Amino acid sequence: MNAGPEISQAFIVCISAVFTQNILLTYFLGLCPFLGVSREVKTATGLGFAVIFVLTSTCMLNWLVYHYVLVPLNLEFFRFILFIIIIAAFVQLVEMVLDRYSPFLYQQLGVFLPLITVNCAILGASLFMVIRDYSFIVAVGYGFGSGLGWFLAIIAMAGIRQKLVNDRIPQGLQGPGITLIIAGLMALAFMGFSGVLQAR
Amino acid sequence: MVLEILVAVIVVSSIGTGLAALLSICEHFLANYGPCQININDERNITVKGGKDLLSMLVAEKIFIPSACGGRGTCGLCKLKVLEGAGPLLPTEEPYLEKDERESNIRLACQVKVRNDLSIDIPPELFAAREYICKCAEIADLTHDIKQFRFELVEPKEIDYIPGQYLQLLTPVYKKGGEEVYRAYSISSDPSEKHNIETIIRLVPGGICTTYCFEYLKVGDEVRINGPYGDFRLSETDAPIVFIAGGSGMAPIKCILHYMKNTANNRKATYYFGANKVNELFLLDQMKEFESDLADFRFVPVVAGPGENENWDGEVGLVTEAVRRDLANASEYEAYLCGSPGMIDAAIKVLAELGMKEERIFFDKFE
Repeated sequence: MNAGPEISQAFIVCISAVFTQNILLTYFLGLCPFLGVSREVKTATGLGFAVIFVLTSTCMLNWLVYHYVLVPLNLEFFRFILFIIIIAAFVQLVEMVLDRYSPFLYQQLGVFLPLITVNCAILGASLFMVIRDYSFIVAVGYGFGSGLGWFLAIIAMAGIRQKLVNDRIPQGLQGPGITLIIAGLMALAFMGFSGVLQAR
Repeated sequence: MVLEILVAVIVVSSIGTGLAALLSICEHFLANYGPCQININDERNITVKGGKDLLSMLVAEKIFIPSACGGRGTCGLCKLKVLEGAGPLLPTEEPYLEKDERESNIRLACQVKVRNDLSIDIPPELFAAREYICKCAEIADLTHDIKQFRFELVEPKEIDYIPGQYLQLLTPVYKKGGEEVYRAYSISSDPSEKHNIETIIRLVPGGICTTYCFEYLKVGDEVRINGPYGDFRLSETDAPIVFIAGGSGMAPIKCILHYMKNTANNRKATYYFGANKVNELFLLDQMKEFESDLADFRFVPVVAGPGENENWDGEVGLVTEAVRRDLANASEYEAYLCGSPGMIDAAIKVLAELGMKEERIFFDKFE
């Protein structure tokens, strides 16, 4: 088996998941933590890394479970339940391990894990990977790319919101209002990337 | 067909069970930090099993810290002082803590994990907050959409609170698909009456708790409340007082008036009560009683638009305009406002124009 073309496809899918098919700004998945935890760049960075990590690892795990357990048994329709169970269990497990053995990593990454356990971006990526029939390597690239796209979007949002702190925003738009408008503008800006890549 | 269903059930449940078992085992070995001591205000020690967050442990010990998001670190309400053992400040806490709070070791209880012995400081009034089981003893109609509820305390039998504080009422599941919720209501009763607690509630169309109180709650039913909470209270100065509150905002003001009567407080006080129609006024007899019992108290009902046949000879217009007519210079006064955010913001604006300093305005927004 020649892995060359697969790796290059994985790379293309990854880049496309970051820009043209950004899971947050194109599919609007994972909005809740995106709006809730984007007050400061530092916090957003931590959360972003946690999302990259969880997305990549759960895409791998779910791919294995789907193709080696569900497909042979004709139980594909159970993927919704199983994916979410696996994600939740995995996140809890990682949090426990970090908490116990690596205070530094726990401080930087672990504290964010409970916030994203049931983040729909995580489940969404796993489901997309099945719908689009990715191979394992491509699925890993896709998971990583989606996480990276989410990471970039929340950092950008946090940067903008930090700048907005001193601005005079009309009262009715303060807080979630202006944040949603910014998210919309960012989504429009990201639309500019479509057409750059036509990978699926 | 049967076989397929069987396989499906077995596969899904075994994966679920496997993961649950794995998690339990890990929790037993990894997240087991042994017994930890939490020292509260240097007065009380509680021993808990380490590994969870501080907020849920305190709730398990019946110490209620306010929290709106349920421990997800998004509301920033569960602040308390952790003197020792909390570890470094977490990035999830930073956005909610001001510089001076960080310096005085304030943390978010939902984010601090108990891994070792802790020493914490809880404001005494929060410490006083606990759960009370009561019996609904009386429901009185005040207007078409406002009722007064009296709850008789069953366990424990007495409650102490500072006049102006509120309690949280647990709404049980009363219809299919509902869930338990807590809603905050100000206490309106006489604080010397420790076996009973009263509150005034306005029906919010579609509101979970108010619908329950208006349509399902009956005299004799068991009611669970917790509290008291809140820092809305009478100051200890001699400044003359302006109370402004409409609708169910009367609750904390009424409680404060009872308290002033009990303590023979002779501060000059005027209570402006705003209503849209004459039939929205209530407890007028009670207010008359306060006028004769208190040294220098005046109740001024203000009706925005009295109906033609309502025969109203009192103040007309917006409550804020009535205040403006009465007070040329408010700088010596203190104001206590209670009610909807819109009303409070309008009143603050008028009072500021009349020369009242911000630190003399106290308010309780019903949101």
